[in-house]
Amino acid sequence: MTATELGMPGLNGVPTTDVAQTKKEFTSDQEVRWCPGCGDYAVLATVQGFMPELGLRRENIVFVSGIGCSSRFPYYMDTYGMHSIHGRAPAIATGLATSRPDLSVWVVTGDGDALSIGGNHLIHVLRRNVNMTILLFNNRIYGLTKGQYSPTSEQGKITKSTPMGSLDAPFNPVSLALGAEATFVARTIDSDRAHLTSVLRAAAAHRGTSLVEIYQNCNIFNDGAFEILKNRDTRDEVMIRLEHGEPVRFGTDDEHGIRRNPATSGLEICSGDDPGVIVHDANAADPSRAFALSRLADPGTLARTPIGIFRQVERPTYGDLMNDQVDQAVETQGAGDLAALVTGNDTWTVD
Amino acid sequence: MTAKQVRELDRVVIRFAGDSGDGMQLTGDRFTAETASFGNDLSTLPNFPAEIRAPAGTLPGVSSFQLHFADHDILTPGDAPDVLVAMNPAALKANLPDVPKGAILIIDTAEFTARALKKVGYATSPLDDGTLGSYQVHSLDLTGMTMKALEPFGLSRKEASRSKNMYALGLLSWMYGRSIEGTVRFLQTKFATKADIRDANITAVKAGWNYGETTEDFAVSYEIKPAPMPVGRYRNITGNLALSYGLIAASQQSKLPLFLGSYPITPASDILHEISKHKRFGVRTFQAEDEIAGIGAALGAAFGGSLGVTTTSGPGVALKSETVGLAVSLELPLIIVDVQRGGPSTGLPTKTEQADLLQAMYGRNGEAPVPIVAPSSPSDCFDAAIEAARIAVTYRTPVFLLSDGYLANGSEPWAVPDVGSLPVIEADFATDPNHGSNDDAEFWPYLRDQRTLARAWAVPGSAGLEHRIGGLEKADGSGNISYDPTNHDHMVRTRQAKVDGVEVPELDVDDPTGDARLLVLGWGSTYGPIGAGVRRARNAGHSIAQAHLRFLNPLPANTEDVLRRYDRVLLPEMNLGQLAMLLRARYLVDVIGYNQVRGLPFKAEELADVIMKEDDQL
Repeated sequence: MTATELGMPGLNGVPTTDVAQTKKEFTSDQEVRWCPGCGDYAVLATVQGFMPELGLRRENIVFVSGIGCSSRFPYYMDTYGMHSIHGRAPAIATGLATSRPDLSVWVVTGDGDALSIGGNHLIHVLRRNVNMTILLFNNRIYGLTKGQYSPTSEQGKITKSTPMGSLDAPFNPVSLALGAEATFVARTIDSDRAHLTSVLRAAAAHRGTSLVEIYQNCNIFNDGAFEILKNRDTRDEVMIRLEHGEPVRFGTDDEHGIRRNPATSGLEICSGDDPGVIVHDANAADPSRAFALSRLADPGTLARTPIGIFRQVERPTYGDLMNDQVDQAVETQGAGDLAALVTGNDTWTVD
Repeated sequence: MTAKQVRELDRVVIRFAGDSGDGMQLTGDRFTAETASFGNDLSTLPNFPAEIRAPAGTLPGVSSFQLHFADHDILTPGDAPDVLVAMNPAALKANLPDVPKGAILIIDTAEFTARALKKVGYATSPLDDGTLGSYQVHSLDLTGMTMKALEPFGLSRKEASRSKNMYALGLLSWMYGRSIEGTVRFLQTKFATKADIRDANITAVKAGWNYGETTEDFAVSYEIKPAPMPVGRYRNITGNLALSYGLIAASQQSKLPLFLGSYPITPASDILHEISKHKRFGVRTFQAEDEIAGIGAALGAAFGGSLGVTTTSGPGVALKSETVGLAVSLELPLIIVDVQRGGPSTGLPTKTEQADLLQAMYGRNGEAPVPIVAPSSPSDCFDAAIEAARIAVTYRTPVFLLSDGYLANGSEPWAVPDVGSLPVIEADFATDPNHGSNDDAEFWPYLRDQRTLARAWAVPGSAGLEHRIGGLEKADGSGNISYDPTNHDHMVRTRQAKVDGVEVPELDVDDPTGDARLLVLGWGSTYGPIGAGVRRARNAGHSIAQAHLRFLNPLPANTEDVLRRYDRVLLPEMNLGQLAMLLRARYLVDVIGYNQVRGLPFKAEELADVIMKEDDQL
């Protein structure tokens, strides 16, 4: 059974194989050079382990990255890959994905790459809905340049470049993506292999731009940034697992819930057995509820952080529309005739 | 009515001038089309403000279109108008300094009100105060006559007066024996869905023609016979259009689908507009969020096996520089079209300049050589685009195509090429592993063709050739990341050697008498003005050699030999001496620059003077 047959519209047009694949086949011969203990290892292993499930021909998969620690990712995947320049991976992937609908295109980026230097490309690829999956490794710090604060760092962060504390308010990548008209937005965590895999599966299945924010630990410059969400003692009390069609509850015994606040139209915490507990609908056409969910988290402590798929809606992809126009032009006008083009309609002859 | 006198001329320069909203560019385009069909040789120079609708009636709002046409081969849009059509006081004031005494002025008097005169600083009306005493002046109420002719259509005053440019076109068409049939057909198509506007404009152009024929005011009309041209089929073409066609042709000839990633910028946007119309050729056009995304998408498409192109002007090149460097490192084909305009910064968006040469040559971090091709005339933009694609694809390298505002908007007759004779461009994709044997055979993306030094290019979808490339330095051959000092030195030199080894044709020298001591060298759009200047100097008895560089990186192999063959080398450039600096540094030849950055092309007479002065010193 291949991915396409399983009903993954995001991969329609990408050639599949019936030959069983292994994680090893997706592992390149290059030595992985991340710091020991880096969260990137876990994500890499999960992605390499997940790829065979898609059943795609390996030569039709491309990983494109920008600059930063996570952007070394393509070197370690035995697929086609490009390690490009800072912030530009979504733009480069746009050209590739639209001109080659037979490819499964993945972008690997970080919080600095995607949200700072490349912020413009990120929002535009989301609004265009180009068919690709973006893995945004968010460690809330600049790792490759050795420890400056990033656009997702909490305000007041003490770093090498902000000895008295950072001044800027952080981006919430999920809120940003929703505001940029994203059709698929999810959040997951590097160390939760099962959750990460389930999100990757849904992201790959989605036709359009899938933005997957992955909370990833930088054990050198921002160790423990997500500890509250990983530690067995704390995580259930602070993390809200979103499941489509399920009531939004959290707490060790689901003792907390989320309900609508009629006064503010926003969301608020309530008791788990409150009759007003909302049911998560990732497919809702209106992004307001997803946005409200994205605002629950405390940007400093990460209390009330939802993970899972916030939004998953259908919208024609830019590449499909672009290629439809090409097909339509050929259909209505006939294939291009170079001689007729250069001759035009207004010529004269010298005998 | 007695038959009017017809006087024969060998060449005429007409300039149409009015407000930005007066439709002067359209008027010029139509007169050009009629003139081209008639068979004259021609050259045009549109000149318009960067503002879309600058305040009406002001000097900065004046838009003009100059057309030079002749019964012989001409090279420039002409130094000075023989005829100025001025639609308002601002157009008269802005253009009169360029008009020699004795020339014809056709002036629409409707706008010569006290207020309009004051707006441009005329204390008294130049129509009455003797300012125009030494010109042949036709003061006509063109607007009033147009409105009268359009009375039956019941249009508003504003709508009716808009057709005054067509009235003027009709009049000028009569004066110079042009047919208006083409314009009538053009208006029928353009306003197919707006019957009243269509009919009003057709009526206006016919009324203008009839006015010329009947009025006593114009006693003479002129005849400029067709120019002898080589046998063939011709059309008129602007540089931007020729460049667009060249890119589509290159895509066809290479069998690589064209992908244009671009961000709108004057004066390059028309290439994006044009190529967007031709999706039936399988081209994809992408209006990106910024200049960087434009080139990024083009490079991404190139990685996937498209002919990746980005089009821009100087400020856009500045933003794209990092991606050009990445393309140098990835060694992928990519065409960067820079339609140069006046700089620095935003500079003169609608005016021409050649001051991006050093930016194209060196404007990147690290040693990042990029081949440069520069078309020499509007029609040459077609061939230059194909040449740029040939180099890009054959050598797996980004290539700069340096056009400019003058080439982009200027037009000339073009012998329609036989597409069957266009060069074929071989992409020559890798299909098999190229390193190791049988069981452990691998694909090494940086194994090179020994002749061209081009690397092996495998596109995604090719089974067994999966590989990763990036902007980090790579080991030659395997393409794996390498920080090895010796390898880096080798790779820097190899990339340079690859570009240095790009095969380009020898530099031709035109030295008809064979005894010239002065060589006039140029590059890019100065070809026409330099040629016209050289022609004048030769007619005045000087022996002058002329050569023109279309390939600026690498330079033709015989460049040094050519430079050393002459006692003096004069190099006019629309910059402060950028190519002169390169040549002096490279060949230690004392190239003399002649430099202007006025946003306008050189004038033939001015260059002739400079050329003769230099020659006299020898």
